[in-house]
Order: sequence, then C-alpha cells, then structure tokens
Amino acid sequence: MSGIILPGADGMLFQRDRDWHPKADTPGYKSTTFRAPRHSLLSLGPTQSEMTGPTFGHEKLGPLDNDLIRNFSQDGTDAIGQRMIVYGQVLDENARPVPNTLVEYWQANAGGRYRHKKEGYVAALDPNFGGFGRSITDENGFYHFRTIKPGAYPWPNTGNDWRPAHIHFSVFGHAFAQRLITQMYFEGDPMIWQCPIVATINDKAAIDQLTARLDRLNTTPMDALCYRFDIVLRGRRSTMFENRKEGN
Amino acid sequence: MLHPTPTLKETPSQTAGPYVHIGMTPNICGITGVIAEDLGKTMIHGDVEGERIKVAVHVFDGAGVPLFDGIVEIWQADASGNFVGPAAPGSNPAPAFTGWGRQPLSEAGAATFETVKPGRVPGPDGKLMAPHIALWIVARGINIGLQTRLYFEDEAEANAEDFVLNKIMDKRRRETLIARKDGSTYRLDIHLQGDKETVFFDM
Repeated sequence: MSGIILPGADGMLFQRDRDWHPKADTPGYKSTTFRAPRHSLLSLGPTQSEMTGPTFGHEKLGPLDNDLIRNFSQDGTDAIGQRMIVYGQVLDENARPVPNTLVEYWQANAGGRYRHKKEGYVAALDPNFGGFGRSITDENGFYHFRTIKPGAYPWPNTGNDWRPAHIHFSVFGHAFAQRLITQMYFEGDPMIWQCPIVATINDKAAIDQLTARLDRLNTTPMDALCYRFDIVLRGRRSTMFENRKEGN
Repeated sequence: MLHPTPTLKETPSQTAGPYVHIGMTPNICGITGVIAEDLGKTMIHGDVEGERIKVAVHVFDGAGVPLFDGIVEIWQADASGNFVGPAAPGSNPAPAFTGWGRQPLSEAGAATFETVKPGRVPGPDGKLMAPHIALWIVARGINIGLQTRLYFEDEAEANAEDFVLNKIMDKRRRETLIARKDGSTYRLDIHLQGDKETVFFDM
C-alpha cells in the first residue's frame, strides 16, 4: 500500500506567489531602479540543488547569541532601550513547524542608529549594543530572543523618508529555495504606512503578516515587553498517499 | 485524495537593506565577540575529497556599478555529487565540507569562495545535471533574493545536456551562467540588468 505517488504530489515546494512578495522594480524605493532584473524570472521547479540546504549544528550557538541586551556589552551593563522579548514560530505553508532551522536577526539601537560603517545618522551609538543575534528553532519551530526596541530612523530616498521601527530576519528552512529575508514591524506603528520599503508590498494582508503582535500576557513583570512574530516558509506538496507517518 | 490547499501564505520578503552585514557577517562590522567567525566564511574544514577551486563572483547593477553592499550565498554538492544532509542522530553535525558559503561583496562588487568543484547530481528528467553551484544574492534595492546558478566553462559537454541550461530558450543568455576559468579560479560576472543581464530563476 505504500509508495503511491499522486499526480503533482512529488514533494516539491509550492511555487512562490510573486504577487504576494514585492516586485523587483518598485520606483518608490529608489535603490531598486538599477538593481531590479528587467527580464522575467525563468520559472522552473526546484531541483535537488534547491530542495536541499545547509544545516547548522546546535553546538555553534553561544549562550548569548539570542540576547542582544548583553551579547555586545563592553562594560557588563545592559544595552539602553525598551526591553522586550521577541518570539515566534517558524512554519511552512502547510502550517507544519520548521524545527532546527537557523534564524538570524539584526536591528538598529534604541535611537535608530545601526552599528555599521556606512551608517550616517546623527543618533548616538550605544557602546553596549551590537544589534546582531541568532537562534535555532526548537522541535516545535519556535525561536526567541531578548533585545531592546529599535528606534525609527530617517533615510534619504525622496529626501525625508523614515523607516518604521523594525527588525531584519534571515531564515533558512531546510531547502535552499526556502531561503528568506524579511523585516518585522510593530503592531500599531503609524510609521508603517508611510514607508516606501513597506509599500513595495501591494497587499495590505501581506504587510499585516510582517507586523508583530504585542503579547501582553507573556510580558515579563517589571522587566520586558513581549512581541510575537511567526514566519512562514514555502511548503512542500505531499509525497506519499498511503502508509505515511502522521504529519508526513 | 489530493494534497491539501496551502493554509498559510509565505511570509513576504523585504530587502536585506544596506546594513545586512550586521546580521550576516557581523565581524566585518566590528561586532566582534558574539560569534567567533562569520557563518559560511569557511566551507572546507580539514580533509575533503575533490578538486580545490576558487569561485569569484562579481556583481554589477544596471548602471555597471559594482554591487558593493550586497551579500552572496552559495550552495552546492560535494565532489561526489552529494549534498550535506541533516545530521543523523549521533553523527558528526559539522561535516568537513559544508556545501554552503556566504561572503560579503567588496567595494569592487566581488566575493571569492574557496570550495571544491561539485560533482553532478540528477536533474528532474533523471539525467545528471552539469556541475553547478546555486547562488542567492541579497542587497539594498533587491526586494527579494535573486536565485541564479554558476556553471563551469570546462564542462562544455555536460553543460550542453544540462536540464536547467536547456530551459533557457535564448541560447545566448545561457552564457550568463558560465564561469570562466583562470588557473584554479572560476569567475562569473553577474549583471542585474542590461545587455548582459544574468538569467535569474523562480525555482
């Protein structure tokens, strides 16, 4: 009874919905003008090269890798800013958890200043804040980290544009074709709707998917706010019809 | 019974931005002491079978300007045509050859990977694909990571029967994926736009 392959049920990843993602050429975000390919993408199903992907052993992560309040501390004190926990579940489009996958995140400090040589914003650097961290998801696909809330900051683009407070995320999944970089915004922030980079996404529901929810119940008393941000990676079509383990 | 309709939408992509290095190569930003070495910097740890090569990727925008603030990741099979899979319980979780590399682009828009020449792996048609490396490019001004491939000019016979290369209808554009050999270095110029625009995939 095992091994009946259904038409189309080959374990391949679902095709990306390119209307849900931002298009390559989005004039409101000027940097795309010379960086967006003009030819159509060549659509092919992923091959073995894209269905596989790198793995990262747990042993490579240090105890402070997911603590941005402390992992760059120079004098042993905490980074300055609104303390918060950010957590969430990495899932695929079939709503299955993605366990044991690397999640990287980076952000500006509480004043909206990045620790980067190309950064020119006048806001002060925090000597105890680097702005980088990483996690590996647990067996249920959850990650979490501790940080401070990043500040909004200005950027040139059309002269006086402002980025809403945000955290960048890089996620691997288990196939190279699942590779994703995105940004997380904060529920209720009016700056979201003024941002040319947010506006590269056409669908309001898609923007909503990038907005972390305040998780009031999981705030840490007298310590930290809590935000939840779930991340969805491309899912796979089912491989087997019969005799499969629960959850395939 | 057909497979169920997807119940969730993929999280939409956003640009990696100009400060992507903080998150992906923190040590070059002076964010030291968090991780000992930037992830993906070294692909070969110890004795690895196969031909040692360097892969130099040069990326240019539509105005011919080097993509000086981008990051390139590569993923490939080992010399035998096998991919490093998830570690089996009890096995060595840190293989000698990782198959995966990540490098920041220099001011000249270049990144060099020290790796081994990949073996051939089966394609969707059951035939072996030509040796190749999968590439993924992110940067400021790139809203969703660009997928492409690198092939080798000294594999002309294999390239001629490669499943993916043969899907490119305009044969002239196949050349945009072929790296040129100079000693032990294979160089591929990637153009995001223009007459020499690289073929990018939706895979």
